[in-house]
Amino acid sequence: MAIPSYATRGERIWHYVFLGLCALIFLFLVGPLLIIIPLSFNAQPYFTFSQEMLTLDPAGYSLRWYEDFFTSSAWLNAIKNSFIVGIASTFLATILGTVAALGLSSRHMPARSAIMALLISPMIVPLIISAAAMFFFFSKVNLAQTYLGVVLAHTVLGIPFVVITVTATLSSFDTTLIRAAHSLGANPTRTFFKVVLPLVTPGVVSGALFAFITSFDEVVVVLFLAGPEQRTMPIQMWSGIREQISPTILAVATLLVLLSMLLLTTLELLRRRSERLRGISPG
Amino acid sequence: MNESLQREKQDDAGEATAVADACFARFIDVQKSYDGVELVVKGFNLDVRRGEFVTLLGPSGSGKTTCLMMMAGFETPTHGQILLQGEPINDLPPHKRGIGMVFQNYALFPHMSVAENLAFPLQVRHLSRDEIKRKVAKALAMVRLEDFGDRRPAQLSGGQQQRVALARALVFEPKLVLMDEPLGALDKNLREEMQYEIKRIHAELGVTMIYVTHDQTEALTMSDRIAVFNDGVVQQLASPETLYEAPENAFVANFIGENNRLHGEVIESIGDRCEVRLDSGETVAARPVAAGGIGARTTLSLRPERVGIVGEGDEASFDNHFQAEVKEVIYLGDHLRTRLEVCGNDEFIIKTPNAKGFPSLRPGQTVEVGWSSRDCRALDA
Repeated sequence: MAIPSYATRGERIWHYVFLGLCALIFLFLVGPLLIIIPLSFNAQPYFTFSQEMLTLDPAGYSLRWYEDFFTSSAWLNAIKNSFIVGIASTFLATILGTVAALGLSSRHMPARSAIMALLISPMIVPLIISAAAMFFFFSKVNLAQTYLGVVLAHTVLGIPFVVITVTATLSSFDTTLIRAAHSLGANPTRTFFKVVLPLVTPGVVSGALFAFITSFDEVVVVLFLAGPEQRTMPIQMWSGIREQISPTILAVATLLVLLSMLLLTTLELLRRRSERLRGISPG
Repeated sequence: MNESLQREKQDDAGEATAVADACFARFIDVQKSYDGVELVVKGFNLDVRRGEFVTLLGPSGSGKTTCLMMMAGFETPTHGQILLQGEPINDLPPHKRGIGMVFQNYALFPHMSVAENLAFPLQVRHLSRDEIKRKVAKALAMVRLEDFGDRRPAQLSGGQQQRVALARALVFEPKLVLMDEPLGALDKNLREEMQYEIKRIHAELGVTMIYVTHDQTEALTMSDRIAVFNDGVVQQLASPETLYEAPENAFVANFIGENNRLHGEVIESIGDRCEVRLDSGETVAARPVAAGGIGARTTLSLRPERVGIVGEGDEASFDNHFQAEVKEVIYLGDHLRTRLEVCGNDEFIIKTPNAKGFPSLRPGQTVEVGWSSRDCRALDA
């Protein structure tokens, strides 16, 4: 951001103050996350920087908390559970959410906004209420403390993200493409898989990513529904903090930050790809 | 079998195909209403001959696109029947009709290359890989885009995209091709170029085409026959020449080409000649076309190029003579467009060629203009 040549002294000063403010806000947002990364390599079982770490002495750093994580059956079980629940619920939420969004985008759909509101409601209703409700209901039908129960609950939480992203993609979807495909002899099934799906894929994928992240760091519902067998990562972290203060949690947090960055990068790449595809496409 | 008998048999067969050819695509008393109250299309009838280029022309909202969409199968008629090669197709879904369609916004698949777009209808029909390749190459050559097969639609200009859309609608050799204002998004030069391109392809392939446009020049240039739509009804269905020279009602006269209008009342009508008293008091001799009997209101329609200035030598055929005041002269290169006040109408236009021997007119000047009653058509009010 260059300063124009006609800027007054006041404007110049403001320009640098503004940049400083931006940096501070950025630090406020990212600082707590960044501090975790060096701390996770701490050789001491503390949550503070030791003297050796501050003088950059190699002795102050170690991978012991990572080792601890990868050798602890409790943590490994938790991460396994998180992936099982996350992937299964993402799979279900993506299919159901995409189909719902397609149905809702049809101009023949009655009560469209009411159904939309109902589908989005898990995102709006306080989580503790959904969780309590699901707990009582799932207990009645013997789904509490089962994998299926947790997966279904997370599916419900993930669907709104898929519905919203796919609906957004569909709103810019040119419906004459469907007519064109029909006029060229493609039946509705072929039209869906060859024309509609490839073009809404970016929306489907970003919805799926959001659904996965939602399931991956969800605590409240799991707390209500999961038995000891279904302990997921966030629950393990939560009890880890409460029961034994071990920096292993920092190693886990660093790994999770890396995972999130990976997912966000995927998202951005997909967005660029779809932008390129849509390029000058008729709107 | 003797020769004459054989010939007779051939003639019979010829007659049967002639009937099928004359009614290649038919609309029979088709009506369409979207809301169940108002009819967008009211009793549409049309027989399209095999190999014909028929245009549905009309202002927006006149029902022409709805008719096209019903033929394509994207809308269902509320009433009436649509036939293709003698078979009713009302209950046939669009993908089973085998009708090619070109859309106004091209509707190319943005995630496929040009060649993949063209291959799409062929893959749907399970053609062999080699055959697909051959047909795609042929179609690209037809629209002169041989080197563009690997490009994405977004990398092409509007005109090129429209060519691809055209090639895609033709590549699977459909019986009928529909076009919905295909040149609407192009600039003027490109539009004219594409008109000739489409005309050439039509002549080359002999495919039947139904074309929708609101652009009268486009319709006049390209069509064998034009159906002029207004208000959900076909106002006139005829060749471009007939539409221009012999419009049957005031809407058609006004919509096709330029047209001077004079309003009045029929005071006498004998055979193919009538006398009309204008609202401004003058009496004009005209040819009754769609005017009522004596006392009926009528609109006189007169083409600007059929009005002459008295003193130019062709006034012998003029049986109408009036004083006119020149209001405005617009120089258009090959001709001059002059606005006059005639019989109280100050929007009266005449066209005079920019050639030697024609007097130059100046605003404020008074001249005598005249026209033949044969060129002055008395139409509905």
